[in-house]
Amino acid sequence: MAQVHLKNVKKSYGALDVVHSINLSIAEGEFVVLVGPSGCGKSTTLRMVAGLEDISGGEILIGDRVVNDLPPRERNLAMVFQNYALYPHMTVRENLGFSLKIAKKSQAEINKAVDEAAEILALTPLLDRKPGALSGGQRQRVAMGRAIVRHPDVFLFDEPLSNLDAKLRTQMRVEIKKLHQKVGSTVIYVTHDQIEAMTLADRIVIMRDGHIVQVGTPLEVFENPVNTFVATFIGSPPMNLLTGVVGGNQIGLTDGTTIPLPPGVKLADGRRVQLGIRADNIMPDGHALPPTAHMAHVDMKVVLSEPLGTETVLFAQLAGTEVQAKMLNPRPVTPGEVLRFGIALDKCHIFDAETGLNLRG
Amino acid sequence: MASASQHRLRKRLLKAGHFIGLFLAMCVITIPGLWVVLNSFRPTVEIMAKPPVWIPNSLNLDHYRAMFGGAGQGGIPVWTYFTNSLIISVTSTLIALLIGMAGGYAFARYKFKGKAMTFVMLMATRAVPGVALSLPVFIIFGRTGLIDTHLGMILVYVALNVPFTIWLIDGFFRQVPKELAEAAEIDGCTRWQAFWRVEFPVARAGIASAGIFAFLTSWNEYALASQLTRSVSSKTMPVGLLDFTSQFTLNWGGMCALAVLMIIPALILTFLVQKHLIAGLTFGGVKG
Repeated sequence: MAQVHLKNVKKSYGALDVVHSINLSIAEGEFVVLVGPSGCGKSTTLRMVAGLEDISGGEILIGDRVVNDLPPRERNLAMVFQNYALYPHMTVRENLGFSLKIAKKSQAEINKAVDEAAEILALTPLLDRKPGALSGGQRQRVAMGRAIVRHPDVFLFDEPLSNLDAKLRTQMRVEIKKLHQKVGSTVIYVTHDQIEAMTLADRIVIMRDGHIVQVGTPLEVFENPVNTFVATFIGSPPMNLLTGVVGGNQIGLTDGTTIPLPPGVKLADGRRVQLGIRADNIMPDGHALPPTAHMAHVDMKVVLSEPLGTETVLFAQLAGTEVQAKMLNPRPVTPGEVLRFGIALDKCHIFDAETGLNLRG
Repeated sequence: MASASQHRLRKRLLKAGHFIGLFLAMCVITIPGLWVVLNSFRPTVEIMAKPPVWIPNSLNLDHYRAMFGGAGQGGIPVWTYFTNSLIISVTSTLIALLIGMAGGYAFARYKFKGKAMTFVMLMATRAVPGVALSLPVFIIFGRTGLIDTHLGMILVYVALNVPFTIWLIDGFFRQVPKELAEAAEIDGCTRWQAFWRVEFPVARAGIASAGIFAFLTSWNEYALASQLTRSVSSKTMPVGLLDFTSQFTLNWGGMCALAVLMIIPALILTFLVQKHLIAGLTFGGVKG
């Protein structure tokens, strides 16, 4: 186990900067998830920690060693790849024991470690098979097993679940979390799936265009997104954003609808803003949580409804923008129906329309 | 019902058609070979008969006996030719494979200046027929004393084989995901170990097939060898075939017998590696 520190780490290919001077400290045993859309530099960052990519600038520390110029084998970490990268010419047993064999451990030691890992991951009956004869989920577990036999300082996961089907993905997500609780190692996990990020992480690092946008616990980034990018990226369905102009403590939307500013927010008249409302905070009257002190009401025409059982997601139109709202204790809704929705204003966010920054700070 | 049985009939006819087509194609490919084998076992009279005798009346080993016999009985130094062929082919194949592996790996994995151009140039050398170079090579070898030596032939065959070997092996390394080597490096391997313990075994089948191509090219090559070998000390088996021609006669039977001897090692090798090819092709370490 070890801490990992990234200090002003940069990566550029020629004139193209892929990662711009990022700083990040990861505590011992912490599960950190790097998340962002594709091309945001998260995988590159991970590969720099692994030593598979050179660093164009800055410093990476694992424990208290600067590892900038160390080859991957001297960094004592383990990595699970998106395509698993199992050695196809070796059996599962050989795959698991490969790193120990390279380290010239005795056969008895290797067997013990491999059996232990196989036990944890329920791979024991598969030890003599080759990767070609395994299902996707089994390969995934072998890849994880290969990582844990080494007792590395840091585990690196590079989108390990994206090749699995939805059901298996949920299952493996739970297994990864359990594994982390059991082994307790430091983990850096890269994904583009915000649900994986929310469910697995101790801390989420949201990246975009080679910059870190926000770092925080899952609830922090969910409840206090620094800008519209984080607000719409984290959470499902994504946060609704309504553009309008401030006037007399109210926001005037393009169609003339006015919604009061959230409590505690003071903005100059004429300022262009975006009002951020999560689907959980805009619900039809009679199908919502008990109203709070700060409620606003709007009428919206429902365009589409998606019943999910315990709730229904309603797609409605407001000022030319599509708004997603939730309906608790759902009843059937026909498209075209106009409903009165309550908005929990104290849970809403206000963003600057130009910079996208959260003005509630 | 009628349409179902019609459908079945059409399917059967199609199958039969495929079978006949394949049979004809295989005939074209194999009959000359079978004819060679057949001729090596029967008397010259029968070989020369017009119209051709398809079913032999008697088979014997006369041509083989004569070939291995003394100089007076039409014998030739088969073993020496065989050894020459073997030394030259095996050595040139090994060298071509080593260079091909280094080159193919570099082309598959690394970016470097002039990569595309280098590759095109390498391939362009394949467009020049080897024989066209025989005179310049002859003159250079004459000056440097490489004429009529094993080393000379090995050099020529390495040059002949390397571009193709690089091209083939490049393709096979491209199919090996680069994550395998990365995983190996993280597992504690040096770059070198990652290559030999992971990438090489995975691409082994492809490398073996590149090896077969190189070996067969060297083993069967005639045009250049006939120019650059002069005596028993370096003549290869294809050139040895010429020993059966004299001013007025052609010893067809002897030629066929030697041809059969040439085919056998090539066949054995192909069979050995073919098995290996199939076993090696069971991929599956990455998603798929």
